Amino acid sequence: MTTQGLFRSALLDPSSDMPVTLTDGAGRPAGRRFSVYRNNVAVGLTEALIDGFPACHALLGDEMFRAMAGAFLRAHPPASPVMARFGEALPEFMDAAPQLSKMRWIGDVARLECALRQSYHAADGTPLSPEDLAAIPPEALGDTRFGLVPSVRVLLSDWPVLSIRRRALDPAAPQAQPGAEDVLILRPVYDPEPHLMTRGDLPFVESLRRGATLAEAAASAGDDYDPTRLLTLLMQSHALTAPES
Amino acid sequence: MTHAFLPAGAGVGYKPRHYAEIMSDPGPVRWLEIHAENYMGDGGRPIAQLRHLSERFPVSVHGVGLSIGGEGRLDPDHLARLKHLCDWLNPASFSEHLAWSTHDGAFLNDLLPLPYTAATLTRVADHIDEVQEVLGRRMLLENPSSYLAFAESEMSETDFLRDIAARTGCGLLLDVNNVFVSATNLGLSARDYVAAFPMDRVGEIHLGGYDEEEDDHGAPLLIDSHGREVADPVWALLDDVLARTGPAPLLIEWDNDVPDWPTLAAEAGRARDALVRAGERAAA
Amino acid sequence: MKSNKAVYATAFAAAVSATAMVSATTASAQEAVKCYGVSMAGKNDCAAGAGTTCAGTSKVDYQGNAWTLVKEGTCETAEPVLADGTKVMLPEGKMGGLMALERDLPQG
Repeated sequence: MTTQGLFRSALLDPSSDMPVTLTDGAGRPAGRRFSVYRNNVAVGLTEALIDGFPACHALLGDEMFRAMAGAFLRAHPPASPVMARFGEALPEFMDAAPQLSKMRWIGDVARLECALRQSYHAADGTPLSPEDLAAIPPEALGDTRFGLVPSVRVLLSDWPVLSIRRRALDPAAPQAQPGAEDVLILRPVYDPEPHLMTRGDLPFVESLRRGATLAEAAASAGDDYDPTRLLTLLMQSHALTAPES
Repeated sequence: MTHAFLPAGAGVGYKPRHYAEIMSDPGPVRWLEIHAENYMGDGGRPIAQLRHLSERFPVSVHGVGLSIGGEGRLDPDHLARLKHLCDWLNPASFSEHLAWSTHDGAFLNDLLPLPYTAATLTRVADHIDEVQEVLGRRMLLENPSSYLAFAESEMSETDFLRDIAARTGCGLLLDVNNVFVSATNLGLSARDYVAAFPMDRVGEIHLGGYDEEEDDHGAPLLIDSHGREVADPVWALLDDVLARTGPAPLLIEWDNDVPDWPTLAAEAGRARDALVRAGERAAA
Repeated sequence: MKSNKAVYATAFAAAVSATAMVSATTASAQEAVKCYGVSMAGKNDCAAGAGTTCAGTSKVDYQGNAWTLVKEGTCETAEPVLADGTKVMLPEGKMGGLMALERDLPQG
């Protein structure tokens, strides 16, 4: 193995020996000096996960989260130096972890946190303005293809994922009630905001994302879809883009 | 407005929590440094803030993840992200580290050490050539903080950096805290290091705080933590450096336990005062 | 199905009038300042995630690979304690998981 290969293995595996040519400057083995690098890597990546997944951190508790993070960062070290992307494999890792089998909703909380972060860093779009909309004749609205700005994210969960996250970050928030929650993440300007959707809303949003007309999107929506509520939310959150002309 | 170069004044490592205060009253701070990797998203607030800041201040882009000392080739995706950032921002400076951080596709999120050998020299020089060619600009290379040494090293760090600069034409970023940390950790003289450093290549100087630990033998082991004020012996060493370089762009790095703005501005004020003293000495 | 044209016109008319009232406040230049761009202990939705550093840490990683040694159901969070102090093994299924959550919210 190359020097850096040995170095890498020893960094991530505390039971593995460090490369023998490392010294303290006086020719003695480097000893705990090597641990400085081990700590930098493990603590740095662990704290990156705490920053990225504050609700999961609160739900697991610091000790449990750090232990989980230690296992995760060794199994899935970041593939890129862009720390804002680190942890995208964490939801699946949590889903599969036997230690978390009694908290099977935790993976979806992590998915929600990932989606919020992706939305935060997504490209800025040019939202549809009320003037753009006024320029479209009412009878042509149904055949119009509006788009969505890049920061829109959707998460479907079998769990009350939004309520769980809210309560995790704010103990004064109401307790989660049993039931599935679907979440629409919109970023009006710079701050992503998660919204609770009805099950019927999301096919409408997904259809718009795929480039459907308003009529097609409406036809895909479920019975509990409320067009006024949803369009108001999308407009107020600057989530719709003008149709391509 | 594009700033062509960093002024020979005090700068700070930019933290988003200081945005409003920097924009309303930067105090002694004349320029800002950002970490390239924090501005590689597609949009949103980080990019918007950076755009606003760069209209008012010269900005230095400081990379922490290119792994210039890596055994493998440079990550072309990462190099492309850097190029994109430098192209739209047109920063006053770009710098990176004499270190490695990526191996076999895994980014280890630390600046890892290199043995100073002919083979390392060739590899680092080739990588710097590639960076400078892709970015279309000269870069600065920063001296690392060291916690250990390699038995196979064949030359001193200062000789290594001098050769790299001569081969590639790159400039150097002299981190005075790193000099003090490495010298203490490896039992060397910081003043000898400064005396041997190719000062004509220095385009920027860094200062930061360290933490104190001990090694297995009870010897001091300083950690380059950037988590507190710059230590007194480092300020003293800075005077030694400035006597050789003259006034130069001087950055306070405070990355962990980030303080409130008045504390950081006060530290930058101390840096500004050191530059003023150096200017007066040079004029006398 | 709600596919008649009057629905879009009505819905959009309502959306537009609501939007007109808020747009003046949300497009402010202060948006760049409003939140720090860092996740302040989960107190906001800034959701920036971690920043990088070129510094080291003097904090110690005590965990190593310790988590691999944790057996299913042995950690406190996975085996919740009810308000009366009794431990429960939760039934399979989502509601069980939810109950675990409700009894294991972090204190303070």
